[in-house]
Amino acid sequence: MMSFTRRYCESNPLAGAPGARAQTVAIEHWGSVLAEVAAGGGRLFALWAQTPPLSGALLHAAVIGDPGILLLSATLAEGVNRFPSAAEVFPAALRMERAIFDLHGLRSTVWDTRPWLRHTAWPEGYPLRDAQMPDAPTEPIADAYPFVAVDGDGVHEIAVGPVHAGIIEPGHFRFSVVGEKVLRLEEHLGYVHKGIERRFQELPALAGHRLAARVSGDSAVAYSWAYCQALEGCAGLTLPPRAAWLRALALELERIANHLGDLGALGNDAGFAFALSQFGRLKEGLLRRTAAALGQRYLLDFVVPGGTALDVTTNTLSTLAAAMPPLINEVQRLHDILEEHAGVRDRFNATGIVTPALALQLGLTGLAGRASAQAFDLRCDFPCVPYEQLQPEKMLQQGGDVAARVAVRFAELLESCQLVIAIATQLPAGAHRVEVSTPPPGSIGLGCIEGWRGPVLVALCIGADGQIARCHPHDPSWHNWPVLEHAVIGNIVADFPLINKSFNLSYSGHDL
Amino acid sequence: MLKTLRQIGRIGIVTEPPPAPDESLRQLAAMAAEVRRILGRALCIRAVDAGSCNGCELEMHALNNAIYNLEGLGIRFVASPRHADMLLVTGPVARHMQLALRRTWEATPDPKWVVAIGECACTGGIFGESYASCGRVANLIPVDVAVPGCPPSPTQILSGILTAISG
Repeated sequence: MMSFTRRYCESNPLAGAPGARAQTVAIEHWGSVLAEVAAGGGRLFALWAQTPPLSGALLHAAVIGDPGILLLSATLAEGVNRFPSAAEVFPAALRMERAIFDLHGLRSTVWDTRPWLRHTAWPEGYPLRDAQMPDAPTEPIADAYPFVAVDGDGVHEIAVGPVHAGIIEPGHFRFSVVGEKVLRLEEHLGYVHKGIERRFQELPALAGHRLAARVSGDSAVAYSWAYCQALEGCAGLTLPPRAAWLRALALELERIANHLGDLGALGNDAGFAFALSQFGRLKEGLLRRTAAALGQRYLLDFVVPGGTALDVTTNTLSTLAAAMPPLINEVQRLHDILEEHAGVRDRFNATGIVTPALALQLGLTGLAGRASAQAFDLRCDFPCVPYEQLQPEKMLQQGGDVAARVAVRFAELLESCQLVIAIATQLPAGAHRVEVSTPPPGSIGLGCIEGWRGPVLVALCIGADGQIARCHPHDPSWHNWPVLEHAVIGNIVADFPLINKSFNLSYSGHDL
Repeated sequence: MLKTLRQIGRIGIVTEPPPAPDESLRQLAAMAAEVRRILGRALCIRAVDAGSCNGCELEMHALNNAIYNLEGLGIRFVASPRHADMLLVTGPVARHMQLALRRTWEATPDPKWVVAIGECACTGGIFGESYASCGRVANLIPVDVAVPGCPPSPTQILSGILTAISG
């Protein structure tokens, strides 16, 4: 049997992200190749399908490990709509395979055949396979999802959602509890499925970045950068250095904003409203400075093909950088207050634990992964410009509880403030944007960017006339939602909001 | 504890004055003055994400920060539509949220306002109408005030809320 490293070395270069390569495998070897990747320490990055109208279906898996990022693709023979499941090797593949059936009509051999992204909106047809979709039912139909029932003395169910009590995205959580203790949590997502992948296929490749930014609004920079990285790779464009540095500036500002928001909300969920008002104030200040420097509070339209929508002036840049040391001081002051608050510590510590062993087994990724000793960060592992020069550190914790996820946020927040200062002082001169020509039909690119939540992947395939033939945006939430179900086991129901917030996963980025 | 109190004292009050209502955002005729007078002083809002990218939610959260200080105006977000006078709805309405949105609207007691927040809620936005999206909120429930923007700023959202309850 070949090793993952050797397979990677023998694969072909792939446009886009640094370290990305591609290999075609025969469908009958699909399972054994993925098992070999796992045996070599490789992890599943994303799994998706492609059903071109005129040829057989394609199955894609992006895997990532020490050697690099490898895109594995297998063709299904004409008329074949079954493929071998990867869920036994990579548990996170389960929901991705269920989604592949909902969208493409391709069924994996996995035991769980319940629909995942499809509820009742499109009773017939497969939106990523069929050119025409039947009309939606005129009256919405109530969904009857077969949740797994838990039997036993005194077990009862609590159903939550899709409309939640706070200002949150919709999803359904089904708790099976005894008293106040959670025996089992089962998630039911897909409520905000709004047809993003099919919508991509209606757009020219040069216009897809706007939709990519709106896959998950809180990670707009990560997605639009990943999209543009894939697109620019397809077009054979080398980004001007200034553009790459400006994108990194935006990405770090997005990380700071989200971490500030989460830290406030986590304090609040632990009953310490002081944290919410203090971090809320800091976040608002940051958003206003971001708008003054880069034109928007949330940078949904900042990253564009070939560079960035705007350049920064020396003045606004130095104002932005000058705001970082006071912000660092304020965050450190609040860190000390949270650290010394007995009530907050009591709620954070040993709540929602994901042990490093479980994290490894289930493939916990991104920020939550690093809080459970999973030492992965694309900015360090496969850095694109300018991260090979900035050299951020991986912020790790061993505890895997809410306290660990809070600690990782504090560490990353403080580091990102330093990165903003570093970018401001080292920003190269030159163009912030160059023209991008339409990539040739059939070109394939991969974009991989470490967003604040974790690694974001955008796989892009260009069709005729510069249209998008297939675009798969992949959120780290796919991997972390199933782990949340484990993190909650044995905790009390009242701690669920806190545990959930400590992961803060995307619904929109997952439901697509 | 001392550090916490010192921090509260050090920062002081940071709340800014609210924006003026904006009649151009109004979609339906204003409600009777008596209703506005009563509900406008202690308004309860239920937020419904009907399919947004979560960008609008971030700015709705900001309304609760000390700078916009929504609660200082007598307006607050509540946990149930049954407690609400107003629904703030974001997103193109995902078909999977169609039923939940309608039920939420029906569970909100009359008289009530609906304010559509963001480009997608106003027009369907970049997602439009498709096999999975019903498009704008007004396709499903009556919308009183529509606030465009992607995402609209907290000031614009607040202006939309105040437009509904003023006039």
